[in-house]
Amino acid sequence: MIELKHLSKVYTNGQTKVEAIRDINLTIEDGDIFGIIGLSGAGKSTLIRCINFLERPTEGQVIFDGVDLGTITHRELLKKRQSMSMIFQSFNLLSQRTALGNICYPLEISGVDKKEARERARELLKVVGLADKEKSYPVQLSGGQQQRIAIARALATNPKVLLCDEATSALDPNTTSSILELLKEINRSMGVTIIVITHEMKVIEQICNKVAVIDNSRIVEEGPVTEVFTAPKSQIAKQLILPTNQGVPEAEGFRCLRLVFDGTSAFEPIISGLSRSCDTNVNILGANTRNIDGVAYGQMLIQLPEDEAVTARIKEYLDQKNVKYKEEGLNVG
Amino acid sequence: MLDNAMIALLGTSIWETLYMVIVSMILSYAIGIPIGVILNITSKDGICPNRPVNAVLGVIVNIFRSIPFLILLIWMLPVTEAIVGTMVGPTSVIVPLVVSAAPFVGRMVESSLSEIDGGVIEAAQSMGSSSWQIIYKVLLPEAKPSLIIGAAISITTILGYSAMAGIVGGGGLGAVATNYGLYRYEDEIMLITIVIIVVIVQIFQEVGMITAKKLDKRLK
Ligand SMILES: Nc1ncnc2c1ncn2[C@@H]1O[C@H](COP(=O)(O)OP(=O)(O)O)[C@@H](O)[C@H]1O
Ligand SMILES: [Mg+2]
Repeated sequence: MIELKHLSKVYTNGQTKVEAIRDINLTIEDGDIFGIIGLSGAGKSTLIRCINFLERPTEGQVIFDGVDLGTITHRELLKKRQSMSMIFQSFNLLSQRTALGNICYPLEISGVDKKEARERARELLKVVGLADKEKSYPVQLSGGQQQRIAIARALATNPKVLLCDEATSALDPNTTSSILELLKEINRSMGVTIIVITHEMKVIEQICNKVAVIDNSRIVEEGPVTEVFTAPKSQIAKQLILPTNQGVPEAEGFRCLRLVFDGTSAFEPIISGLSRSCDTNVNILGANTRNIDGVAYGQMLIQLPEDEAVTARIKEYLDQKNVKYKEEGLNVG
Repeated sequence: MLDNAMIALLGTSIWETLYMVIVSMILSYAIGIPIGVILNITSKDGICPNRPVNAVLGVIVNIFRSIPFLILLIWMLPVTEAIVGTMVGPTSVIVPLVVSAAPFVGRMVESSLSEIDGGVIEAAQSMGSSSWQIIYKVLLPEAKPSLIIGAAISITTILGYSAMAGIVGGGGLGAVATNYGLYRYEDEIMLITIVIIVVIVQIFQEVGMITAKKLDKRLK
């Protein structure tokens, strides 16, 4: 378990002071995949670097399994870091070492003998699905592969916690997804607690069970992902989480219905249900919807048929499903 | 006049030069690597920032780097004699050569180390590496290709200094060039020594560059 108590960090550069994080209080339970989301410059990296004391907090405590990291010796801190690994946006592999050599690094520095380290590294290469890449150098690997090696390296010392600072931000969407699945799998099979820093809501949605929203150096909201994502309270959380009407066109030339999913209706195949129960074809003009824990958010614009009777049936169906709508386009008085 | 005696003298001089240069090179690196490492790690963004140490060492290095080699050599004659027991010959030249080259090497090493991506160092710290482990398992290995290129440059500089030392009794190819080329107007001998020195420099340069390229895993 990690407890952050009144954690603050002020950077001082001559006269100027930047309060990068301010009075952060969070508890991360064992087995959590805890997301911390915020815009660029919010203080996310500072926060995660304070957790393993790469950055010494100006005030407050980090309590890791009952030990206040601020009170232990430097040597003990180095030991603690072996059970609190970290992965980065830019992978940060040693360019002059092979994939295997990189994974061996944390083992070497913790005093494991070379042969044993190599065996363990090979096991980890299998875990991350790159058993055939042991002799490759980082430059020969894709971004996704490099991050897999970095994950293997982070797992080498059997850490309890894995800190991820924008670990997927340099990757394309498919690779991001596969890395997130790998992290989820590691959490499930090895019981590693994961703290994920990101500015992307998709990341939180895909793997986290808890989330904290950081804005302007402070935590403005936190809780289970299902709660925060279904009913975001803070302005910044709403901005990060709820889809906007971006990508949904204005109604033009047709009679249209704008369906608004505001979190009161279940995420289900509403259109196919509509087609079936109203016996009509539904033409979607645009949509931006999102499933957040089984609840639908966003907007959708559909074209209404000529037939008034069918239109009435459609509205009746939507009422029944608790979807709000608004008629737009031609003939709207 | 290029007779057998002359050829033998050139042969000995080549060995003297190589001896001076290589021994000075080794000693300069033995001193220069720690200097470079300390300059790097105590800098503002280094792993053990320490302004006083960084500033003091920086000033010392700069002072020794700004003294022209020939002046340093003459100034150091008593020290040299105290250390090696003589003021003439190749061995005596090694002392001022090292004093002059070590700060230069220190700056080269510092610059090679500063090219390393800070993220990689941060990753090593996040894994619980001690500063010492970062130095010998991250900084030096990651900078290896760049350090070798630096060594090729340093050895050229040292060779140049060693030739200057020849003028004041240091032996080696510099002495041949001075004694025959300068004092006896033997242009042929002068030219031969120049060619030999150029060839030696080229060999060191090429070997350095090729080795650096071969070792650099970022280029494959
Ligand atoms: N080493 C530093 N020195 C001074 N200011 C810093 C330093 N690191 C971060 N900051 C400042 O702290 C704030 C938070 O930065 P950061 O934690 O990197 O945010 P994020 O990761 O959310 O983008 C920013 O205003 C940034 O400029
Ligand atoms: Mg950041």
